[in-house]
Amino acid sequence: MTTNKETKKVEVKIPQGPLAEKWKEYKAHQKLVNPANKRRLDVIVVGTGLAGASAAASLGELGFNVLNFCLQDSPRRAHSIAAQGGINAAKNYQNDGDSVYRLFYDTIKGGDYRAREANVYRLAEVSNSIIDQCVAQGVPFAREYGGLLDNRSFGGAQVSRTFYAKGQTGQQLLLGAYSALSRQAHKGSVKLFTRYEMLDLVMIDGKARGIIARNLVSGKIERFAAHAVVVATGGYGNTFFLSTNAMGSNGSAAIQIYKKGAYFANPCFAQIHPTCIPVHGENQSKLTLMSESLRNDGRIWVPKKKEDSEGIRAGKLKPTDISEDNRDYYLERRYPAFGNLVPRDVASRAAKERCDAGFGVGATGLAVYLDFSESINRLGLDTVKARYGNLFQMYEKIVDENPYQTPMMIYPAIHYTMGGIWVDYELQTSITGCFCIGEANFSDHGANRLGASALMQGLADGYFVLPYTIQNYLADEIRTPRFSTDLPEFAEAEKGVATRIEKLMKIQGKHSVDSIHKKLGLIMWDFVGMGRTKESLEKALVEIQAVKKDFWTNVYIPGDGKDQNTELEKALRVDDFIEIGELMARDALVREESCGGHFREEYQTPEGEALRDDVNFSFVSCWKYRGADQEPELIREDLNYEFTKVQQRNYK
Amino acid sequence: MEKQINITLKIWRQRGPKAKGAFEFYKLDAVSTGSSFLEMLDMLNEQMINSGKEPIVFDHDCREGICGMCSLYINGHPHGPDEDITTCQLHMRKFKDGETITIEPWRSHGFPVIRDLMVDRTAFDKIIQAGGYVSVNTGGIPDANAIAIPKVIADEAMDSASCIGCGACVAACKNGSAMLFVSAKVSQLAMLPQGKAEATTRAKAMVAKMDELGFGNCTNTAACEAECPKNISITNIARLNREFLCAKFKD
Repeated sequence: MTTNKETKKVEVKIPQGPLAEKWKEYKAHQKLVNPANKRRLDVIVVGTGLAGASAAASLGELGFNVLNFCLQDSPRRAHSIAAQGGINAAKNYQNDGDSVYRLFYDTIKGGDYRAREANVYRLAEVSNSIIDQCVAQGVPFAREYGGLLDNRSFGGAQVSRTFYAKGQTGQQLLLGAYSALSRQAHKGSVKLFTRYEMLDLVMIDGKARGIIARNLVSGKIERFAAHAVVVATGGYGNTFFLSTNAMGSNGSAAIQIYKKGAYFANPCFAQIHPTCIPVHGENQSKLTLMSESLRNDGRIWVPKKKEDSEGIRAGKLKPTDISEDNRDYYLERRYPAFGNLVPRDVASRAAKERCDAGFGVGATGLAVYLDFSESINRLGLDTVKARYGNLFQMYEKIVDENPYQTPMMIYPAIHYTMGGIWVDYELQTSITGCFCIGEANFSDHGANRLGASALMQGLADGYFVLPYTIQNYLADEIRTPRFSTDLPEFAEAEKGVATRIEKLMKIQGKHSVDSIHKKLGLIMWDFVGMGRTKESLEKALVEIQAVKKDFWTNVYIPGDGKDQNTELEKALRVDDFIEIGELMARDALVREESCGGHFREEYQTPEGEALRDDVNFSFVSCWKYRGADQEPELIREDLNYEFTKVQQRNYK
Repeated sequence: MEKQINITLKIWRQRGPKAKGAFEFYKLDAVSTGSSFLEMLDMLNEQMINSGKEPIVFDHDCREGICGMCSLYINGHPHGPDEDITTCQLHMRKFKDGETITIEPWRSHGFPVIRDLMVDRTAFDKIIQAGGYVSVNTGGIPDANAIAIPKVIADEAMDSASCIGCGACVAACKNGSAMLFVSAKVSQLAMLPQGKAEATTRAKAMVAKMDELGFGNCTNTAACEAECPKNISITNIARLNREFLCAKFKD
């Protein structure tokens, strides 16, 4: 393992001055591009989720010439659309003591003190503008009878700062960004490339200058040039095969830029969401999330007595047979101050602890109850229906049980990746001219993301941060003429992509891409999942190598590599997931502490809580690619907490 | 309780937009009734790949009923026989052992087939681009609570905004009309104060684009409403007609 003991400097570019002044300072002094020059500058944005669509639309409005890519048939289908619960902002409309500082503080604490203060403060600062923007676009947020906006509570906060649109907040926010994007497409400032997948980054003289992308309908490999490239391709949770991500969600763009020199930061920080519908069988293709908002009114429990759990598993008892005093509301018991609204990592581990101890329910024993009976009695069926109707319907369609009558069963599943491409304060990667926004970057959530903060970060990056910071870079590019895609750098990158595809098509083995991806997923879940140890991680590294070998000798891709080919698309992504899996295990092994979603079983408090080691691990791990046959190099970005007191997280 | 069923699948295969398509039959055994419909198709594709054949191409992504990517005409219904859900939320418990299930792509002039069960729905994007937005730029926006919106209006706008753009309405319509899709967007924005200023121009522009792209007319058969996985109501169409008539009077 290469661990660079002397801290190699990473240039973070945080402005000087007090925390609350940094962003203002930055904007006051940054370079800008005048309107006439904007027209001459091209920007590629890969991805049309909340971050990608909002960035592409905003850059288009400013007058840049934007090329925007997505895999789906329409930009409106990016996986941000599936976010259910809500979006945080520090509006303090409820007069319950919220403020920019408190949102900042909750996010830093929720992230277990592994995020960068200046970035998080900026996020909290721009959060309010996001709500204003979305309302102006016609996003129909939930309202009170007086006509003002309603809020709900989410995990890790003691205020109600979450704005929502039924259980479809991500959909409504994305459709807002999509409408802004469509308006620019109509004006011609944004050109959309749907059913396209980025397959490589093109660099000229050390700067990002374009991409190679595959037209997923024709199978043709095409070249696109620009003055800057923005990667907004989401997280890599599908490394685990089963996750709450969409089937197409992948980490390939991240791996492509990583291989070109962008650091991959904190890959081991993955979020396991506590409230997902449990796995039903081996043909399961994905896991469905039940929004965290359900924890506002739902109570989580398992039976107090093992024999009751056993009875339920055997189908002899029903949850409604268990009397109130024989139920263990373990989150309320362990964390009286936050109760069912503890952060996700804490709730997930507590569920695993109960199930591992033999108290789990459901046929497999890998489930706990989320019970609404008390809320239905307190609030009435209609109120519960109004708040969560669509989620209850979704549950019933999948599980075939009525959650109004019997408690839901839930279990943790991979949901979100806090880790991602390293970026500086300007959201620029370690490759000049290559930016990374939204879930794809690592910057704001530390080791654990709070609920309703992903939407906030995606839109903050896209609407209010990148459109500023990218200009500081592009201002120096106004004399750079447009690039021709006939340049040798493009030809070479295209050839690399074509060779990789040919190599994959030639394997002609016996196993489907999915079957190999499932093997990788099981290794990840068993050894790099909710509880990790030195042994499990070392085992994972060995087994991932075996999967890699298996993949490159046994995978079978039918059809033609130069035509539409859905199996080839999957194969290219799985090849990259293998790389990411390895990085995750490697990173988890090096981080000899527990923090947020990263739980090393060797490092826990006597009560079983995550035990951080701030002396030795208060840093961002930045992994630098050094070639196919070499271990990546670890570079550290030290986290200097100047404005917050770092302490043990306490939700009791 | 879950059990296993054996089924026959009658699936439309078509190489490309101009190629001639045909139904093919496939047998699939031991499908768990707890599996989703798309997981069943995954199983079929796995079986085909293992015997060296090219898998069936179909659109899908989120698999939780919200992205609108999945489609499929199943036994004569867009998104299959169950109500208020998309194909990805349909489960095999809705089918019987020994049943033959017919699967076709959306069939509509507006949505040409790309391959097998995958169709081209970019026409929907073009309609939105014609005017399905409020013309505001990023930034410089008054406080979100500056304009109070009565809860009933916000809720109604939310119902219209629930459209996932899957195209089931067009596929269900004998005229291949996109009126439900267009009207849902027009209504959502026309109901909200933020969208009022452009309500008439928006309605006109979107309808004109819809006509230009070859979608049919609405003859009030309400098949769209019946098949819509998100329960978008045809009262939206009435609202659109109102906006549209107002626009014509003003002209």
